[in-house]
Amino acid sequence: MKVGLFIPCYVDQLRPEVGLAVVRLFERLGIAFEIPEAQTCCGQPFATAGEREQADRLGRRFDTIFSGYDVVVTPSGSCAAHVRRHGGDRSSDRIGGRGKGGTGQRTRELCEFLVETDALRGLAGRLPRRVGLHASCHALRDLRQGNPSESREPPRVEPVRALLGALEGIELVELARRDECCGFGGLFSIEQEAVSCRMGLDRIADHERAGAEIVTSSDVSCLLQLEGLARRRGSALVFRHVAELLADALAPDATAAEAADGSR
Amino acid sequence: MGHVSRARAFVADAERTRWHDQALWFVRAKRDAAADLVPDWEALRSEAAAIKREALERLPELWIEFEAQATRAGAVVHWARDAEEHNAIVARLLRERGVTRVVKSKSMLTEECGLNPHLERQGIEVVDTDLGERIVQLRSEPPSHIVMPAIHLRRGEVGETFARTMGAPEGLDDPDALTALARHDLRARFLAAEAGITGVNFAVAETGSLVVVSNEGNVDLGTALPKLHIACVGLEKIVPAKRDLPVLLRLLARSATGQAISAYTSHFRGASAGRELHVVIVDNGRSRLLAEPDFREALACIRCGACLNTCPVYRRSGGHSYGTVIPGPIGSVLEPARDLVAHAELPHACTLCGSCAEVCPVRIPLPQQLLAWRGVLAARGLHPRRRRLALRIAAEILSRPTALRLVGGLGRALARALPESLVEQLARPWTRERALPPLPAASFQTLWKRRQATARERGLPARSDAREGDGDAG
Repeated sequence: MKVGLFIPCYVDQLRPEVGLAVVRLFERLGIAFEIPEAQTCCGQPFATAGEREQADRLGRRFDTIFSGYDVVVTPSGSCAAHVRRHGGDRSSDRIGGRGKGGTGQRTRELCEFLVETDALRGLAGRLPRRVGLHASCHALRDLRQGNPSESREPPRVEPVRALLGALEGIELVELARRDECCGFGGLFSIEQEAVSCRMGLDRIADHERAGAEIVTSSDVSCLLQLEGLARRRGSALVFRHVAELLADALAPDATAAEAADGSR
Repeated sequence: MGHVSRARAFVADAERTRWHDQALWFVRAKRDAAADLVPDWEALRSEAAAIKREALERLPELWIEFEAQATRAGAVVHWARDAEEHNAIVARLLRERGVTRVVKSKSMLTEECGLNPHLERQGIEVVDTDLGERIVQLRSEPPSHIVMPAIHLRRGEVGETFARTMGAPEGLDDPDALTALARHDLRARFLAAEAGITGVNFAVAETGSLVVVSNEGNVDLGTALPKLHIACVGLEKIVPAKRDLPVLLRLLARSATGQAISAYTSHFRGASAGRELHVVIVDNGRSRLLAEPDFREALACIRCGACLNTCPVYRRSGGHSYGTVIPGPIGSVLEPARDLVAHAELPHACTLCGSCAEVCPVRIPLPQQLLAWRGVLAARGLHPRRRRLALRIAAEILSRPTALRLVGGLGRALARALPESLVEQLARPWTRERALPPLPAASFQTLWKRRQATARERGLPARSDAREGDGDAG
């Protein structure tokens, strides 16, 4: 199985440590992978902005770059959902290659991939912290990773919860609203800045009330939104992508070296 | 002034926003609890979705069947192409009978058509009899929600309104006392009314009958006392048969308020001796929407309001921020069909979180439809020029890895070198309430390459095929 890693553009530029955490994790798990250098953006921001032409163009680029891989894995529920489901234009098979065997079908969000391949079997990680899980709307409602709170469908595995829940010592705190949006929404965060911030602040308050020390998510975009709001208010909450938590718990040796690498 | 600025104004009152959000979340939670008690909730949704889609497919024949059945039962059927025709028909019916006092139960259609001001201009008094509608009517405000018209008001504000308009004692904010006052005031108006106007929830083709649900008994009182009943119904309200009603009624009440069933479900078929039932069937843009494959499913809407209650944006921006008759996700799909330029901001008043599609009892794909409107806006050049330009530049950069790494690297280097306050200034409005993330010195691609080089030096096998020498500056 040839695995291609897609580290989304904003993770590449703003939170490289998340990409490195995936690398550490895969190395620890013995998963062979490649990171095509030409990769940039899957086109999602343009699709949600309504600019289909640009979304198409980046989508086709994405398809070409990842055409040679059996699986495309990305630490972003949102990008994976775009490639898999929306593709800017649901009626078009070209975008994200939604057709049979297309990249759309072969793309997996990181946690989903780890659970589907049972990659963590037999490994014991430890994370003795109180963790608030911020559900990524797109992982949950687009990729159907678990059941959204609105739905009364039969229970489904929620990969991110399954992976974190298996860590020793972890306490996943109980939120009052377990899957409300953080308010990021791409350009929404700029164009509807006031409502966006209110939504994010409400999420932070929920995590704080629940006693979380760390807030985690399978999407860096949600975390950037929440972290920005929390830091401005001097909140003690720490925001980390689930790949970082898993890598720290399962491959602890590398952590110190990585931190000293000056990635920040 | 569009949704963005009105929403900003609403959010500025943090206390009201918090309270509005919680009031609606409470209704959402009641809906969840009600759904829990139905063993096959999702199957019921699918069944309702199928019924409404079949109705849309067969719309013309179903209405013709309805007309025949309703006429046979003694009702008079009128067809209105648009709001003007609708208003003219209703006004004519009232005028011909010398009616000057009308009671009206809740009807979003008559809001859409502007019926009240039209009748008032002709000297006809219209009293909205749903308590929430009555409150906003007394305040000369539009409803802010399609099921709970006055949900944006606190009881103190209702007390002030009643003090100003009904002579209620100042400072009254007890809900029971306020309701009793409104009831007393309305009762006299019911008794004096010469005609009752109602909306319609479902028009049944098979029987030519109308179904109207309410919680306050005002529909029955307003149609039983006066001799003339005018029912105004939108083209999308038709359902094929009686047997469809249990499915839709079970979902409607639970989705709307979490009730197992509305307090009153009134069925009207024809008119008894000495009384009249007129049905005004209104198109007003609906048939145009029916011809739009991307948006036609929005006509399946049964106006339960569940998408409003669950929408995190609606809950924090208030119904009036939408500037439309129907607010929230469904309004943001329906209203741009009437006037795309006026409502160009609405398809963007959404984070695409997808919650609305999950609660919708008839499975309208609201997020996809909002996305489709964004595409239409882009195609018609209706997005702001600056936005279009910025996105075009971003797409050019993101199409070239070298450009991304160069621009990204320079941007981060600059941001790290400049004083923080200046950077925050430049990054507005992102930074109005958010701190900038600490910016890394190197991108992932750079760090990854470094890591591989180190591994090679140590004689470890490199795992990546990443080609070297792409002029990486980031």
